[in-house]
Amino acid sequence: MEKSLVINPDKCTGCLQCELACSYENEGVFNPSKSRIKVFTFHQEGRFVPYTCTQCSDAWCQQACPVDAISLNPITGAKVVNDNNCVGCKVCTISCPFGTINYNHSTGKVIKCDLCDGDPKCVSACPTQAITYVDADQTGMEKMRQWATQTDNSPSTNA
Amino acid sequence: MHYIIVGAGPSGVIACETIRKMDQDAQISLVTGQIEPPYSRMAIPYFLEEKITQSGTYLRHDANYFSNNNIDIVSQLVTKVDTAQNNIVLANNETMAYDKLLIATGASAISPPIAGIDSCNVHNCWTLEDARNIADKAVSGSSVVLMGAGFIGCIILQSLLKRGVKLTVVEMGDRMVPRMMDDTAGGLLKSWCESKGITILTSQQVTAINETNNSDHALNVELKDAESLAADLVICATGVKSNITFLENSGIAVDQGIIVNEFLQTNIDNVYASGDVAQALDFSDQTKHVQAIQPTAVEHGRIAAINMVNDNKNIHQGSINMNILDTMGLISTSFGQWMGVPGGEQSILLDKDNYRYLNIQFKDDCLVGISSLGHTQHIGVVRGLIRGKVKLGIWKDRLMENPSRLMEAYLATSLSQV
Repeated sequence: MEKSLVINPDKCTGCLQCELACSYENEGVFNPSKSRIKVFTFHQEGRFVPYTCTQCSDAWCQQACPVDAISLNPITGAKVVNDNNCVGCKVCTISCPFGTINYNHSTGKVIKCDLCDGDPKCVSACPTQAITYVDADQTGMEKMRQWATQTDNSPSTNA
Repeated sequence: MHYIIVGAGPSGVIACETIRKMDQDAQISLVTGQIEPPYSRMAIPYFLEEKITQSGTYLRHDANYFSNNNIDIVSQLVTKVDTAQNNIVLANNETMAYDKLLIATGASAISPPIAGIDSCNVHNCWTLEDARNIADKAVSGSSVVLMGAGFIGCIILQSLLKRGVKLTVVEMGDRMVPRMMDDTAGGLLKSWCESKGITILTSQQVTAINETNNSDHALNVELKDAESLAADLVICATGVKSNITFLENSGIAVDQGIIVNEFLQTNIDNVYASGDVAQALDFSDQTKHVQAIQPTAVEHGRIAAINMVNDNKNIHQGSINMNILDTMGLISTSFGQWMGVPGGEQSILLDKDNYRYLNIQFKDDCLVGISSLGHTQHIGVVRGLIRGKVKLGIWKDRLMENPSRLMEAYLATSLSQV
């Protein structure tokens, strides 16, 4: 069964452990600005919202990539950036309507969530279970995908 | 069912893939006039910079990708489309019959009609062949004149500087990248380029290019209102136009490009068009333009293919014009109606010293466009907000105060996460 990240902002305390774990796992440094998951702070509402890629099925980033640098990991369902192919043109960063693939100035390539090969470090780092990794059919992922379809207004080509 | 796709750019390749996903039994032919495997123009600056080799520009990296997906590549230029007989004629005089045809022949670089433009040391920067020619001549210490400071011109500045050339840019407009930047952004970009040692001449024109007998420099470039320039190489990046001349007498309706309806279908029922050759709906102003940008090319390719297979089940609501440009490390973007709309409102953040600029445009309480310098994180949500016509409510006031909170506005309004 494919699994997906489920984020419950109600449980998030804004501790940013997920950002630190992500940047350390993927970039080898404790630097939240290099994290692929980002916690947004809403001071007025007193609320924290962690946010990252939902691995949408007809991935906009993957289709827009001009050099075949984004591929599907068939086991996890993640869309993964291949650094050897990425030239850093950033077309994917304007194509993704969710804003979850970003340019990394220090490498000259783009970065996005790859589900850490099926063991997402943001999940193990989260002390309050605001981020969990569970079977896809129990998640709000379907809701997210429906929203993605609305903006696209296209039936899935996988149908 | 035999689908013929003419043109092996991103739009044609995505169309082939989409058809194959939907119909395992379809016969798919991808006809291309290029000698190289399908490649991407977006990658050319990185090839010029020698960050990648030629194969790094290929749209699909597996050498057997197309044969594995049962897509036949036919390497011939198409000279004619006969819509009465449902066939295309190739340069070798062979014909190929189609059931459904997609024209995705893209665009070609244009050159202004000035004396000397055909000189062997003047090149466009559009194809891989152009890039190879430029790489041969743009060697360390050489003097290069770049005509045109548009998107293509600006995206190769870094590659040219890295090759060690002395560079002068001549732009007819009064600022750099006039089609994606206002005075403020264009002005900042100009001073950024000058700080990197490039000479930028705006409101200026090349009037003639003369070949010299001078052993130092092969060319003398005459300017309208300034002293002429000595150059070894002139690069012409003054614009592109859709490749439609082979459609003369085909009965397919054209204007600037091929005119298509909301299904990316031409006036001929079984003929579709996509990408840089298609004059299709623009999301923002709901009129038909040739946008000639990569995200639109792939969006067109996918939607046209779905409609070819599914008999027009997928309505194209128009593509948002958008660009992202890296000019020697200064990253700029533009989306939608970045220039604003009548009766609209705008919110601006400007930090000249650090080359940061963000200009966001509203119509009522919806975002309709932005232009930016130095803002890259989560920039894609701009597409989501514009495309979803998301009602911003209180977030409009917050964005009027601080336009950099776009991502928060998106989370709060589109995803109801707050």
